[in-house]
Amino acid sequence: MIFLVLGLFIGIATIVTLMSITESMSHDIEDRLDQYGANIIMVPRSDNLTLSYGGITMGGVNYQTVEFAESRIPDIRTIEFNKNLGLVAPKVLGAARVMDKDVLLMGVEFETELQLKNWWHFEGAPPSTANELLIGSQTATTLKLAVGDTLAIAGDDFIVTAILKPTGSSEDGIIIGDLHAFQKILGKEGKVSMVEIQAFCRDCPITELVLQIGEKFPEAKVTGLRQAMMSKMQTVEMFKTFSYGIAVLVIFIGSLLVFVTMMGSVNERTREIGIFRAIGFRRGHVMQIILLEAMVVGLVGGLLGYLGGNTIAWAALPLVVKSASFVGFNYNLGGISLLLAVALSLIASLYPAQKASKLDPSEALRAL
Amino acid sequence: MKNNTTNKEAVEPTVQHLIEIQSIGKDYQSGEATVEAIKQMDFYIDDGEFVSIMGQSGSGKSTLLSILGGLNHPTRGRILLDSLDVYRLTSEQRADLRSEYIGVIFQSFQLIPYLTVLENVKLPMAITGRKARQQDNMARDVLARVGLANKADRLPDQLSGGEQERVAIARAIVNRPPILLADEPTGSLDSKTAEEIMNLLQELNREGQTIIMVTHNPEACKYASRTILVKDGSCFENYNYE
Repeated sequence: MIFLVLGLFIGIATIVTLMSITESMSHDIEDRLDQYGANIIMVPRSDNLTLSYGGITMGGVNYQTVEFAESRIPDIRTIEFNKNLGLVAPKVLGAARVMDKDVLLMGVEFETELQLKNWWHFEGAPPSTANELLIGSQTATTLKLAVGDTLAIAGDDFIVTAILKPTGSSEDGIIIGDLHAFQKILGKEGKVSMVEIQAFCRDCPITELVLQIGEKFPEAKVTGLRQAMMSKMQTVEMFKTFSYGIAVLVIFIGSLLVFVTMMGSVNERTREIGIFRAIGFRRGHVMQIILLEAMVVGLVGGLLGYLGGNTIAWAALPLVVKSASFVGFNYNLGGISLLLAVALSLIASLYPAQKASKLDPSEALRAL
Repeated sequence: MKNNTTNKEAVEPTVQHLIEIQSIGKDYQSGEATVEAIKQMDFYIDDGEFVSIMGQSGSGKSTLLSILGGLNHPTRGRILLDSLDVYRLTSEQRADLRSEYIGVIFQSFQLIPYLTVLENVKLPMAITGRKARQQDNMARDVLARVGLANKADRLPDQLSGGEQERVAIARAIVNRPPILLADEPTGSLDSKTAEEIMNLLQELNREGQTIIMVTHNPEACKYASRTILVKDGSCFENYNYE
């Protein structure tokens, strides 16, 4: 019986270890995807072609920008999969003449924006009121601005409270201020130019979310930014498939082990079965005994395998994926492990139990 | 019992004795040869008797006992137990018959080593549908009856040979079966312990228990009311063991 429990323990522990590691890897990638900020971008639909490539925009071309009504932004949260939505960050964009230079202004809701762009680092304190500014690093250099300076934009005075450290992206060349203040400066009150949306990616169907938002905003072009992690997710999916393959193999070997051990047990217990039959146990009773034992062995082996598998996964995960952390006990996997172990044990014991029940009592009990 | 076994065709209403063995024979196949373990036996056993079946090893006495216990189908003849033709019953009906009607004391005790004394004694009651508390009380009563009330929680290998034999007797009588079959109950015991065991069986018989005992020990036959000698597959009634 100890070997039977040990066999089931090894089988279930292997499956649980593989599944737990795969799940932890998957969570790690999804967490990183979430950390990348917005993964859905909504911009007004336009018939104009983008005149930029590789970060170089063709100068001297004016094109009409289209905006959304700010009042419609809450509609995003009315989609069917709204539980998968995280932060919604509206922005207004527009050019303005600042210190005799054309500068791109971006109005944001700072509280939301700073949560979304958690990789931003800056000198100074982030803006907290409508007349405070965050300046991109390149803009600060060009306009010779420092923290604490006052900057006049379209007649309004703003205080530079923070300078963004270089990000290597378009944020380096802009001035970031309060959404409503910049709407007023740009003459776009009640309008937003684009919306960045953060979707919780764990198990979220990005494509479906994009479609649902697109249906709510037919005037918008909604794009899901999932390519970044797709290749990694595909690798995890391949590992998952490989894990399932190993699991099937382990289940097969486990079944054989249980079958052989149970057959051995029945053969060893011929005399005992003979006693049962001689004192009046029916064939069904003998089958019940063997199957009940198999069920108990399955439960114990399954439970130990689940606990052991999680322990191994917890210990082995840092060696397999350095950045990933153990996701904890998955109770669904626990339930499945127990059911699997019991089912495996019962199925593999059916034939031995039947054989035991068919033992001729006089043959089984030669001593009588 | 007749109601429970439900096979009306197996009931023989004209029978007078508790057990009637009618022209029983048993052949075994040994390679191509047929061996007659029991040639022909005819005898009866009445309610409340203590019958010893005596014979040397290989005489066919154990085969006869297994046939009496409904465990071994005879090649010829029939056994009527309380007017029921045992081998016209199905295998499962015979299992019920053993559970209700026959207690068996096996040679070499045959206790389940991983069960305690109490659990071993309760074993035959596991399939009777009695409540756990009732099973417990009955098992403890019968253990007290055989003098082992204080050893209920021991494992069989923690007991002496005589004590193990008492547990085997307790297990055989716990369901209060009308018939007790005993296979060499003193076979592995010293003479003093054997005497104690035989006295216990005799006491049970005086209380009304029908006992059929197989033995090769003439001393054990002294306790029986009647001895049947089995020799070369045949039986001889009222054998004088002295």
